[in-house]
Amino acid sequence: MKDMDKSFKKDTETEFPLREELRPHQVTAPDGQVIEVDPLQDYFCQEPPKVHRKSYVRIVEDFYNWARAHSLWILGFGTGCGAIEMRPLMTPRFDAYRYGIQWRATPRQANLMVISGYLSVKTLKRAIRAYEQMPSPKYVVGLGSCTINGGMYWDSYNTIKRLDDYLPVDLYIAGCMPRPEALLAGFMDLKKLIRKGQGEGANKYAENFDWYKENQKAVIKDWDMPDYNW
Amino acid sequence: MMRDLIERLTQRYKLGAPVFQRADLTFVDLAANDQLRSLLLELRDREGFTHLVLLTAVDWLEEGRFQLTYMLNNRDANQTLALRVYLDREVAVGETIHDIWPTAETYQRELREMFGIDFPGSPRVDEEFILEGWTDLPPYRRDFDTLAYSQQTYRDRPGRETTDPRTHMKHKLYPEG
Ligand code: SF4
Repeated sequence: MKDMDKSFKKDTETEFPLREELRPHQVTAPDGQVIEVDPLQDYFCQEPPKVHRKSYVRIVEDFYNWARAHSLWILGFGTGCGAIEMRPLMTPRFDAYRYGIQWRATPRQANLMVISGYLSVKTLKRAIRAYEQMPSPKYVVGLGSCTINGGMYWDSYNTIKRLDDYLPVDLYIAGCMPRPEALLAGFMDLKKLIRKGQGEGANKYAENFDWYKENQKAVIKDWDMPDYNW
Repeated sequence: MMRDLIERLTQRYKLGAPVFQRADLTFVDLAANDQLRSLLLELRDREGFTHLVLLTAVDWLEEGRFQLTYMLNNRDANQTLALRVYLDREVAVGETIHDIWPTAETYQRELREMFGIDFPGSPRVDEEFILEGWTDLPPYRRDFDTLAYSQQTYRDRPGRETTDPRTHMKHKLYPEG
């Protein structure tokens, strides 16, 4: 962009120190035994995600996709302005339940993540954690122009501009903010994508895992979680 | 009422010329930072300005100083008084007032993070407030360029267009020119 100020240089040198409680330390068990713990290694499984293979028979895979398309459970994770549009959507006014779309309270029970607007770096960290905890196959929908190209937060120091650099997005719904009708249309489109076998976000994430991690770590400076925390 | 009050206070404090912004809102500079505490205490305990509305800062980059605004409210008289004090931008250390108004603690944490103004002795002032893992200049300082920072940090999606609002509206309203 032409109006970039060349004189300002971002500080790329300073590293953010690891938080005290996450550094390797010793713990004394009740029976007096002293145990060395490295919280980031020991408390989590480090296994990277694996690509989920398609079944060998086409008709079986189609059947799976049909079933997947009719089982969308949204994680109730609200960020940005768009989260407010989900309230009328899940209540009688627009009533998404009649399309078989429901909201769940925890990532373990959901397979569709709706990023409902701008993501600050701080929220991105939580979004990544929540996404990785969801069971596959899982889908991500980006809502509004903020997730597409930064929207009106295009010059903000603390919000990301392209969601697909950090999470595998299956579908974007444009608007600022999109109305509940647009969301419903978007969910219908998502169902079509899944039935066609194109809802492969989780596999894309597993295949390009290193690329995603690199992008994520480039903006989240105090990376205080394991690389894959499911 | 405010004129009387300022007049009375000017006899003992180094106040600048007051600005009577509205009938219920007055701004006044305080030239001596060491008088801040006693002035705030006097306003709170004797003059009925019991409520700290806000504590905020302005970065006067060209003049090399920060302005701190202490806005106080007198509920009974329906009057708001904003005191402005100035800090050297290089030093950027203010006096904590968390013992006068406990809410100031939160404001001071915010100022510490966003402007880099320190308030020694204020509880938890060195902890992170909103930002997480921030290593650059405090983002509300005016020498921090948020556009350049975002361009150097987050990737753009090609195809985004920007229009100058003025030419755009001119073209829209008067297409013939
Ligand atoms: S796209 Fe618009 S409505 Fe959505 S989060 Fe961004 S600014 Fe808010």
